[in-house]
Amino acid sequence: LGLGSIAGPAFAAPEGLEPNPIEDITNYNNYYEFGTGKTDPAENAGALTTQPWTVKIDGKVDKPGDYQLEDIIANAQIEERIYRLRCVEAWSMVIPWNGFTLASLLERAGVQSGAKYVAFETVARPEEMPGLRYPVLNWPYREGLRMDEAMHPLTILATGLYGKDLPNQNGAPLRLVVPWKYGFKGIKSIVRITVQDEEPFTSWSDANGREYGFYSNVNPEVNHPRWSQATERVIGAGLFGSRRETEMFNGYADEVASLYAGMDLKKFY
Amino acid sequence: MATTTSPGPWDRVTRTVNDATRKVPAWPLYIIGAVPPVWIFVAGLTGQLGVDPVKAMEHQMGEWSLWLIIAGLCITPLQRFAGIRLLKYRRAIGLLAFFYILGHLLIWLVLDVQIPSQIIADIVKRPYVTVGFAAFLMLIPLALTSNNRSIRWLGAGWRKLHQMVYAAAILGALHFIMLVKGFQLEPFIYAAVILALLALRLSWFTRWSRRGR
Repeated sequence: LGLGSIAGPAFAAPEGLEPNPIEDITNYNNYYEFGTGKTDPAENAGALTTQPWTVKIDGKVDKPGDYQLEDIIANAQIEERIYRLRCVEAWSMVIPWNGFTLASLLERAGVQSGAKYVAFETVARPEEMPGLRYPVLNWPYREGLRMDEAMHPLTILATGLYGKDLPNQNGAPLRLVVPWKYGFKGIKSIVRITVQDEEPFTSWSDANGREYGFYSNVNPEVNHPRWSQATERVIGAGLFGSRRETEMFNGYADEVASLYAGMDLKKFY
Repeated sequence: MATTTSPGPWDRVTRTVNDATRKVPAWPLYIIGAVPPVWIFVAGLTGQLGVDPVKAMEHQMGEWSLWLIIAGLCITPLQRFAGIRLLKYRRAIGLLAFFYILGHLLIWLVLDVQIPSQIIADIVKRPYVTVGFAAFLMLIPLALTSNNRSIRWLGAGWRKLHQMVYAAAILGALHFIMLVKGFQLEPFIYAAVILALLALRLSWFTRWSRRGR
């Protein structure tokens, strides 16, 4: 496909996003393996060992195996992507990620023709992740994408932010970023990527399928059963006037709407 | 708890507390009670509540409200089962709870949701908001009748009316359970404490505990 080479700043739409300061990005996290409070990950994630790190790539690929992170990065074309992150909890912030396209890694592993989905899994180490003591979700955290979503040039695996190594609370050493989907689709600290034909198990739709669907595309017209998704609180905007209107596909409709042509987005939420 | 007839250490604690409370009036509670909301607001304004101050203020005021409701519900069982008399502080605690909930609601209305049409849609369509709002509405008549004149005027009806706080407390706990994502322990702890305090008021429990003595 060769998408990696053309996935440059041209895809960093919408334009003119002002990134949040690094303090916002690193002190306001949902990473339930380290606790359900927004500052719990910043307090607890330091214990996670991220070196050495291996990602198992398996399933319908030509070259399955344990890929060392250094090796993945050495072969990747790292670029900056400034994306707005829209959380399903109706808040957003802007993050300058460093990373490479998921497509480039999948191509390296050799996705077999006809494979339909990609499944992801987060590391689960009870001794380093105090949140795993509580059954908030069915651990380990798992996520998934349809193959065309996974191969889309906007979809990246992030290894850093603000030009520095990814902090642990943001999903070090390797996390998914899919800017047109709610933040929880961006699975953190990935240890396994499986190419498969069945729709992957996803932790949040398992926990509450009525509230969190497999697609979870940002959509101001499809409300969460418990709150509206029409607007979002802008993190870092202070006490007053901190709400903005949520955009269809988080502002990336021109790039991704065609992936869902003909689908009822109320049904496939 | 009190199984012996001779005065034990527990009776001494009870007597000390009761002697002390006889001297301490209730009015300072209103002044002390104003401190947390003011502190929360100033902390929010000066950036001490993290990067999402609105949610933090909302959450902290909500938690304080639950603590005050729980404190108010403790007074009768403490008197009935431990002989500790704190009844004279109950009105202040109840009124503070009401004002904290009002503050919690105002933060949500003015600073969080902001948009009037969305506020109404949220109250009608979002069950956790509906439940929380219903609890607030229930507390309005209670706050309005938390004065000596109303007690005289309503007579026996006053006690009946104020038992509505039981329903409001349950709705408050439910509101917390319904708004978190995934399975989280904290809201269930609040619900368990509130349900336990209400269970202590059931007549079978009172009868059972009397027989036990």
